[in-house]
Amino acid sequence: MITAGIDVGAKMIKVVIVKDNKIVARSINPTGFEPVETAEKTLGEAIKQAGITRKDVNKIFTTGAGRKAIPFADNNVTEVTADAKGTSYLFPSVRTIVDIGAEEARGISSDASGKVLDFSKNDKCAAGAGAFVESMSRALEVTVPLLIEISHKSTKEAPINATCAVFAESEVVSLIHSKIEKADIAHAVHDAIASRVSSMVRRIPIEKDVALIGGVANNTAIVEAMKKHLGVEIKVPEKPEYVSALGAALLAAA
Amino acid sequence: MTTGTKYKTAPLKCWQKGKELRLEAYRDLATGHEQGKLLVLGCAATPYGMLAGLGDFVFLAGEPYGASVAADPPVSIPAMETYEAKGYARDMCGYMRNFLGTMFQDKYYFTGGPFPKFDFAWSVRHCPAGHPKWHQIVSEYQGIPMNYIDDETMLAIDGDQEARIEYVAGQYLDSIEWMEKITKRKYDDEKGIEAMRNYFINEALWGEINLLNGAIPAPIDIKSMFALMPISMLRRHEKVAIEFLTELRDELKDRIGSNIAAVPNERYRMCMLTPPPWSFLKVFRYLENFGVVFVGTYVYLINSGEVKFLYDEGKVVPATPPEKRPGWKTMKNREDLCRTVARWRAEHPFQSHLDTRKKEYVIMFKHWKANAYLLLINRGCVPMTTSMYDFQRDLNKQGIPTAMFEGNFADCRDIDETGVLDRLETFLEGQGIQKIQEI
Ligand code: SF4
Repeated sequence: MITAGIDVGAKMIKVVIVKDNKIVARSINPTGFEPVETAEKTLGEAIKQAGITRKDVNKIFTTGAGRKAIPFADNNVTEVTADAKGTSYLFPSVRTIVDIGAEEARGISSDASGKVLDFSKNDKCAAGAGAFVESMSRALEVTVPLLIEISHKSTKEAPINATCAVFAESEVVSLIHSKIEKADIAHAVHDAIASRVSSMVRRIPIEKDVALIGGVANNTAIVEAMKKHLGVEIKVPEKPEYVSALGAALLAAA
Repeated sequence: MTTGTKYKTAPLKCWQKGKELRLEAYRDLATGHEQGKLLVLGCAATPYGMLAGLGDFVFLAGEPYGASVAADPPVSIPAMETYEAKGYARDMCGYMRNFLGTMFQDKYYFTGGPFPKFDFAWSVRHCPAGHPKWHQIVSEYQGIPMNYIDDETMLAIDGDQEARIEYVAGQYLDSIEWMEKITKRKYDDEKGIEAMRNYFINEALWGEINLLNGAIPAPIDIKSMFALMPISMLRRHEKVAIEFLTELRDELKDRIGSNIAAVPNERYRMCMLTPPPWSFLKVFRYLENFGVVFVGTYVYLINSGEVKFLYDEGKVVPATPPEKRPGWKTMKNREDLCRTVARWRAEHPFQSHLDTRKKEYVIMFKHWKANAYLLLINRGCVPMTTSMYDFQRDLNKQGIPTAMFEGNFADCRDIDETGVLDRLETFLEGQGIQKIQEI
C-alpha cells in the first residue's frame, strides 16, 4: 500500500510518501498564495523521488491549516491527530508532543497507538510560534540561523515579558537601545517563546517521553529553552517539520 | 457521506407562541409608559417580581438584551463603536457594551425606535465587573435613581448565614421604602407576594425543562432553549409565563414519550457551563453535521431557573417553590416576602461556592448523559471565566472530556470563528467523531 500525506501549513507545504509502513520520500515547498498548485507540485516531486507514478498512490490524506482546500485529497485529518500518529511511529514511547509551527503551537497528550487523549493550542497570537522567531530576527537584523547561533553564546539573562508578538518586538527594540548584547537578546527571544509554549502545554498532563516536532524544532536554541522550562529531556526527530505529513500518510494507510 | 439519521424529529408545537411572548416582553418596554407601566432596569438575577407591589411594570434585564444585540453583528458593531467613542473601555462586560451602545445611539434594538427611558434601576449586585458600573452609567446618562441589593454577601461559605439573610432581607425592606418614595406609589404587599410566587414557580419550571434534556434523544436543542429563555428571564413574575412553560414542559414530555429528537442524527452529547458566543450560534448547527447535540448549559439552569442538587446521591431534581418546602412560612406581608426572597437566594444554587459548583457540574454532566463539556474562556465576562482552567482540570480528573476555546461571547470582532471550528473538529476527531452529513 502506498499513501501520501500532505501537510498544508501556513508557511510550507510538506509531503511524505509511505510504502508498506516505510517512509520512501519527502518533499517541501513554500505554501505561497496558490496552495493547491504548490501541493500538486510538492506531491509530484515526492512521487518522483520515490520512483513511482501518481497512479501507484492508493490514498492521499491532507492535514494542516489549509487541509480542506486540496481537491485531489481523499480525506483530511486535523494537525493534532496527524501529529500524534506521526510521532508514535517515530517514537513509540512518547506520550507528550509539542508541535511548534509557523503560526501555531500545540501540546498533545497521546497513547502508545498514537490516539489523542488531550490537546491545547495557542489562541490568536503568534508569540508562541515560529513567526515570532522570524519577526524577532528582523528586529535584531540577523538571519534566523545566526539568531540561533548567537543565542547559545549568551551569558546574561534579559527579560522579554510581553505576551504579544507586536509588543515583544518593541521590547526587543528597547533592549537594543539599552545596549544589551545581541546574544542575550536572542536568548531572551527563545526563552520567551519556550515560556509561553510551556505554560500552554501545561494545560495538558505532561507525561514522559516528551517530543518536540514542527519546523521550529530545528531551532536548537528553542529546544534548549523548552528543556529548561518543561524540566524534562526532549526528543527531537530527524526532519521534525515532516511529522504531521507523515501522520497523515500513515492514517491514509490505516 | 451518510445522513446518520437515527430518530424522527418535529418542530416544537409551542414555538410560535414562545416567540410572540418573548417579543411582547421586549416591545412592552417601548410602549410601557403609554400603558402606565413603570420601566425598571436591573440584572437578570434580580427578584423583580417584588416590583409588582408598585403596580404594573416592565423589567429589562440588561443581559438578555445585550445578548440579542450581540447576536446581530450589523447592529452590534456600530453599537459597540458608539460605546467606545464615548471613551469607555473595550474589556468591560460584553453585554454592557452592546446595551450602552444602543442607549447612546438612542436605538432600541427591538423596535429601532428611541431607547426606553427607565423610571429607575433596581438590582441585585452579584457581578463586580458589570452590574454596578453598567447601571451607574445608565443612571447618570438618563438621570434616573438607582438602588442596589448587596447580595454578594451570600457567597460567603462560613460564618453566620442567618445574619446574612437578615441583612439582605433588611435591604429589600429598605428598598421597598425607597421605591415608594421615588415613585410616589404605595406598595401593595399582596401584589408583590403574588408576583414573587409566580417567579418561584417559573424558575422551577425552567429548571425542570432543562432537566428533561437528560433523555436520549434530547427533546430540545440548546439553540431553541436560548430562543425561549427570555420568557423565563424577563417574565418570571407573570402567570402567562407559567402557562407557557407548563405547555413547553408537557410538550417535551410527550416528545420524550414518542422518541422525538431535536437533532435526528444525535450520537454525541455536549453541554456547556456558560452562555454561548451569541454572534456565532451557527456553531451549534454546524456541529450537528457531526451528530453533536448540545443538551444544556449550566448557567441557564440556575440563572432564571432553579433545580435542587442532592449532593450525597449525586443527583439533581426539579426545585419546589419555597413556600412548599418543609420549614418555610407562607408569605403574608412584606416582611415575610423580603425574608423569603433573601433565604431563597441564599439557598439557591446560583449562590453556590466554586467548590460546590464543581460537584454540580459533574452531577449535570451525568444527568444530561453528556459525552463532553464545551468550555469558553470568555473575554467579555470576567466572573464567568474565573476558575475555568481549574474547572477544566477538575472535570478531566473525573474522566470528563472537555473542549475549550477562547473568544468574546458578545463581541463578534473578538472571536476567531475558523479557529474555533478547527479546534472543535480536532477535539471531535480525537473522540472518534467524524462529519456525517452536510446540513
Ligand atoms: S457576570 Fe459577566 S455578563 Fe454578567 S454583568 Fe458581569 S461581566 Fe457582564
